[in-house]
Amino acid sequence: MKGEILFRNVRLVDGRGDFGQADVLIGEGRILSLAGGEAPKVVEAKGLVLSPGFCDPHAHLREPGQEVKEDLESGLTAAARGGYTDVVSMPNTQPVVDTPEAVRALWEKARQIGQARLHPAAALTQGQEGQWLSEARLLQEAGAVMLTDDGRTNEEAGVLALGLRYAASWGLVVAVHAEDAGLRRGGVMHEGEVSFRLGLPGNPAYAESARVARDLELLRYALEYAPSVPRLLHIQHLSTRRGLELVRQAKREGLPVTAEVTPHHLTLTDAALASFDPVYKVAPPLRPRADLEALLEGLLEGSIDCIGTDHAPHTPDEKALDLLRAPFGIPNLEVAWPLLYTELVEKQGFPLATLVERFTDGPRRVLGLAPIHLEEGAEASLVLWNPAEARPVDPQAFASKARYSPWAGWRLQGWPGLTLVAGRVVFSASHPELLY
Amino acid sequence: MSASATPTFPPHLLDFQDWSRPQIESLLETARMMQEVLARPVKKVPALTGFTVATVFFEPSTRTRISFELAARRMSADVVSFSGAMSSTTKGETYRDTLRTLEQLGIDAYIIRADAAGVCHQAYRWLGKPVLNAGDGWRAHPTQALLDAFTLLQSLGSLEGRKIAIVGDILHSRVARSNAELLPLLGAAVVACGPATLLPASLPGARLTTDLREALEDADAVMVLRLQKERMDKGLLPSLPEYIAAYQVTQARLGWAKPQAPLLHPGPMNRDVELEGILAEAPQSLVERQVANGQAVRMAVLYHLLVGRKRSEG
Amino acid sequence: MEKKLTFKSKLLNEDEVRRALTRIAHEVIEKNKGTQGLCFVGIHTRGISLARRLVELVERFEGKCLPMGILDITLYRDDLTEIGLQPKVRETRIPFDLNGKAVVLVDDVLYTGRTARAALDALIDLGRPSRIYLAVLVDRGHRELPIRADFVGKNLPTARSEVVKVKTQEDDGEDAVELWEVEV
Repeated sequence: MKGEILFRNVRLVDGRGDFGQADVLIGEGRILSLAGGEAPKVVEAKGLVLSPGFCDPHAHLREPGQEVKEDLESGLTAAARGGYTDVVSMPNTQPVVDTPEAVRALWEKARQIGQARLHPAAALTQGQEGQWLSEARLLQEAGAVMLTDDGRTNEEAGVLALGLRYAASWGLVVAVHAEDAGLRRGGVMHEGEVSFRLGLPGNPAYAESARVARDLELLRYALEYAPSVPRLLHIQHLSTRRGLELVRQAKREGLPVTAEVTPHHLTLTDAALASFDPVYKVAPPLRPRADLEALLEGLLEGSIDCIGTDHAPHTPDEKALDLLRAPFGIPNLEVAWPLLYTELVEKQGFPLATLVERFTDGPRRVLGLAPIHLEEGAEASLVLWNPAEARPVDPQAFASKARYSPWAGWRLQGWPGLTLVAGRVVFSASHPELLY
Repeated sequence: MSASATPTFPPHLLDFQDWSRPQIESLLETARMMQEVLARPVKKVPALTGFTVATVFFEPSTRTRISFELAARRMSADVVSFSGAMSSTTKGETYRDTLRTLEQLGIDAYIIRADAAGVCHQAYRWLGKPVLNAGDGWRAHPTQALLDAFTLLQSLGSLEGRKIAIVGDILHSRVARSNAELLPLLGAAVVACGPATLLPASLPGARLTTDLREALEDADAVMVLRLQKERMDKGLLPSLPEYIAAYQVTQARLGWAKPQAPLLHPGPMNRDVELEGILAEAPQSLVERQVANGQAVRMAVLYHLLVGRKRSEG
Repeated sequence: MEKKLTFKSKLLNEDEVRRALTRIAHEVIEKNKGTQGLCFVGIHTRGISLARRLVELVERFEGKCLPMGILDITLYRDDLTEIGLQPKVRETRIPFDLNGKAVVLVDDVLYTGRTARAALDALIDLGRPSRIYLAVLVDRGHRELPIRADFVGKNLPTARSEVVKVKTQEDDGEDAVELWEVEV
């Protein structure tokens, strides 16, 4: 058999498991064979791992309007470097992405950039103002895969209930930033011992759990109109033990709810704020260790479906303001995989295939995209990564415009070296010859 | 010359996290020496000749600034002052830009006040020069706590085993937070009291209560905090009369404390709000002494922060 | 940084210290033509003990207890910008009015003259004496400033590499003057 690229002796790990070594032949944008073949480009990949390309259901790419923080090119390049082949962009841009034209424009532009593929999310309500529903059907036709008012919170229960009911009729998922604005108030970090000690306004865990509980009730209500949807409500960046318990219970009942967790909520705690460094300022806030441990358990058992980065870039100058004024958000597309591979798999024995599942099948399931598994005929959107390569995080080398990181200097393993999108090499640090 | 010693103090006073009891006691001892300087006909010593100190106030406070500037001048340091609001956008000059500009002028120490917690920590990280926290948001006001401790020690002798009540808006008070860090280091037990909406759920160094009587009963000293009236706008207090009825420290309520228990207030005072007006002039009120002690304490802090350290090249 | 010192010799023993102080006390009274307006100010640490002895001796000879103060010159030192040096500020207590007084400033050793310079500045900030005398137990030479003592217990030529240690009963458990060598 003839193909374009042959990976020899590469270890295959996808969301289903670890399949050991194989010779993978790529051609025509697909996996042609797992039993070798001929190709003009041959990669000796012993010691490297091939996995399906990662999918991020939650990234802020800031275009249009805030290109000073990030744009499609820098954001999608960062994603490709992080091993992502598919990224969902949040619609809280300037202007808000709430029209089919805006969705189409983003999609077109991303296609020309040719890095990771873009799947735009569109606003649930016009202008994300929480009053009038946006044109879900037309947005979907234009390429939107998700509706969300993320960046804001859905304060009006009545509007969200209608939005869920309407989205259900088109099979679209509605993602919610589940934090109660009234409870969150001006909180800039988790409310608890650390915030009391540091004298910083706190945002209590109850702001999240109260909102998750409400949104699950709204989901039950919407299901009276659309009883058989496979998925409908997606809880973004779950950060508390209590929020997780609510999701777990709802899933047991069979409710069509999914949830994501961010790399930062799995690796950092509110103790980090003692440095008063706004690099740790994020919403929802970093929580105490007990929450982090509960989230890990939720990720392991599947109550949490996937990793969502909530990649939220800002300019370094904005992050050099004080903690009250600096904006919320952590950029992390480029470190998500090595970070969690190192901290969870290497250090804590988290099962590798499960983590891969949460980066690949999990998010695609949330979005209604087909899974990618390493088998003949599968789409060749893949990442080749090196479990042994360890190097420190260097924000200055980021493709993202947000060249700072709470993990700066952390020594991580598992860095992606090569990313293929439908058979095309979009990033190749480990095998630069493949780019030509 | 005689006895030399190496500085054994942190190169900053951000809060008391990096300070030990012996260091605090030694600093308060120096403040006692400074008090003697302030009693002299010539209230000035040449100790900090050639050092330049900047007061950088992003949040206005004339009283605190005057106290710091006078303290620096009495130690013969040169003083420059900057005051201005903190910009909230990157378009304006950020406070990091302000500090970087000052850095070019050869400043040896920065005395910083800001409305946001942590600004002094950030400044120290950027500048690597002695930074003295003159109040940062709700976080800390270490020289206030030091002068409170100094004043309490003058009147009580020792703080070992003493019960100190702090009454008012604990949640938003840097004075309460700094005293809760400092006074227990000196052996005192701090009880912080206020309405439930103005108390944190926990505060290291203090026992919390909403019961004013419980807080004042057998207290060896009572510290009353200023009530910021904007708390009403945020809906944290139903009304001023409600606060006064429940939490004003009055002559009658002060009777619950030990006889002649000293009364402190960080100023400026809202007479007849947090404190019954006549108490301000009562014999047990140490409010004026606090102000005088503030200078001695700040001179001592400047001494320990600057002497023996490399002068800025500018 | 603690310099290592080795003992070389004892320059004055207890009796010699006592005789030197006795002589200084007599000289002070003689020079001041009595005890009128006279007071003593000891410089931390040994100067205080020595000043106290002089006050006692004058009282024994003249039957009059003269006022005495203690002076810390730390805040007047000219080496406070030396990196790594942060001397402890100690007590200054002059419990009487210095104006118009004849002050005998007492220190243990006169060496570079820098302590005496600082002490003069400090004293002048505290009041306006009619006259300031300097009394020292040992003058070891090597002046760096134009300063001389009015009363000297003993002139001892020394090398710069040597250290003169004055010991007092109050501070060290014995009266003595010793010569030590700084180890290189």
